[in-house]
Amino acid sequence: MTDFSDAFAAAIGLVLGLDTSLTEIVGLSLRVSLTAVAIAAFIGLPVGAAIALFRFPGRFFFVVATNALMGMPPVVVGLIVYLLLSRAGPFGVFGLLFTPTAMIVAQVLLVTPIIAALTRQVIEDLWIEYEEQMRSLGAGPGRAVPALLWDGRFTLITAILAGFGRASAEVGAVMIVGGNIDHVTRVMTTSIALEVSKGNLALALGLGMILLVLSASINAAAYLIQHNTKRWHA
Amino acid sequence: MTAPLDDTSILPLELTDVSFAAGGNRLIKDVTLRFEPGLKTVMIGPNGAGKSLFLRLCHGLLQPTQGSIRWQQETGAGRHQAMVFQRPVMLRRSVAANIDYALKLRQISRRNRGDIIDRVLHQTGLRRLADQPARVLSIGEQQKLALARAWALEPQVLFLDEPTASLDPAAIHSVEEIIAAIHDAGTRIIMTTHDLGQARRIADEVLFINRGRILEAAPADRFFNAPENDLAQAFLRGELLWWNKGQDNRKQGMPPKGENQ
Repeated sequence: MTDFSDAFAAAIGLVLGLDTSLTEIVGLSLRVSLTAVAIAAFIGLPVGAAIALFRFPGRFFFVVATNALMGMPPVVVGLIVYLLLSRAGPFGVFGLLFTPTAMIVAQVLLVTPIIAALTRQVIEDLWIEYEEQMRSLGAGPGRAVPALLWDGRFTLITAILAGFGRASAEVGAVMIVGGNIDHVTRVMTTSIALEVSKGNLALALGLGMILLVLSASINAAAYLIQHNTKRWHA
Repeated sequence: MTAPLDDTSILPLELTDVSFAAGGNRLIKDVTLRFEPGLKTVMIGPNGAGKSLFLRLCHGLLQPTQGSIRWQQETGAGRHQAMVFQRPVMLRRSVAANIDYALKLRQISRRNRGDIIDRVLHQTGLRRLADQPARVLSIGEQQKLALARAWALEPQVLFLDEPTASLDPAAIHSVEEIIAAIHDAGTRIIMTTHDLGQARRIADEVLFINRGRILEAAPADRFFNAPENDLAQAFLRGELLWWNKGQDNRKQGMPPKGENQ
């Protein structure tokens, strides 16, 4: 029991003392996940809106695929990206394996389906309400996309935060394609896994606390956004 | 303020043998009509008669399954129409920005948009609400905003689908005033209502529709004083008109209690 309380005290010391190895790891985690989520939103929002608004052959397949891919196991994504980026793979020439870029690629693949699927749902619901008015004003589905994304912004922010939650919490994909290399590709989740197996509970706990606070703040932000914007939704 | 010159008028609108069916049911049946410029036409009839469908067909939101709907000037006809719906649909942005969006879709330059927005907000009494989020307005104010947005487009024809259906008397009054003002500024009005009093107040011309068929089309005076169709007579007396699914015989209800036939 003293082991745990010692570790806990040490962990708080690391967090409060802004330990350099700790801040480096947290910084890389945020850089990788935020970049991945930004790219995923850039792809997922328009793709989700397009699936919601347009009728095209294969649409059913897209709907099912994005929904199914929401629950894709990170290790499988990691494996796929590993195969693609490894020296013998199709993108091996770029030498990206075991770099932060590889981790970003893997997380983009994980998060894009989440954002696309949630966006499709939001935009589809909005379009049911808006369609006649928009058509009457002269905007078909294509021209209505920006206005619909803007009007769905509060719900869509929640979708993006859900994507960020997924990206920052997963360990399987970044472990495989990043390799958990010290000072290069070591992020919070991978180092927690490593430090626990090494018996270095203080660092692991410190990182765990930061991760928890991070995910709690994200959820709080999502709730506050929804709550404070109810007046706009009326 | 006035609608564009007559030589570019999209009116008259001509409907020839128009029918509309959905799910195997014919909901609009063999309508042949002509809308000339200038008047205020009010379509009345019981719920489910096809009033809303009829407006949507005219406005081009639905395509007829049979027959044709033609504007005299077909090209760009969509730009010269607007529609106000029973339940206003407002974007999640300010009152002024809602009008701005509609103008932007019509490619009105930014310089002109500000003046137009100012003008229609003033004319509809919404100026003090310009910066409010549109969705927090009362339903009556939202409906006025829907009218302001439609007016900003300076349509030659304005369709209104039961624009006062869920409003209180004060809001109904101001909506009717705005409709009259839009008409005075040169816009053809085609609207539906199930409120006979409103039809009397507004209409120059009445269309009576029942079960998807236009049973009478007449100038308002003649329609209200001496309707020719027996169902229209019954409707004006306040009797209930109904029918059973699959049953072709039309039926009339008993007159309200205490009234002598």
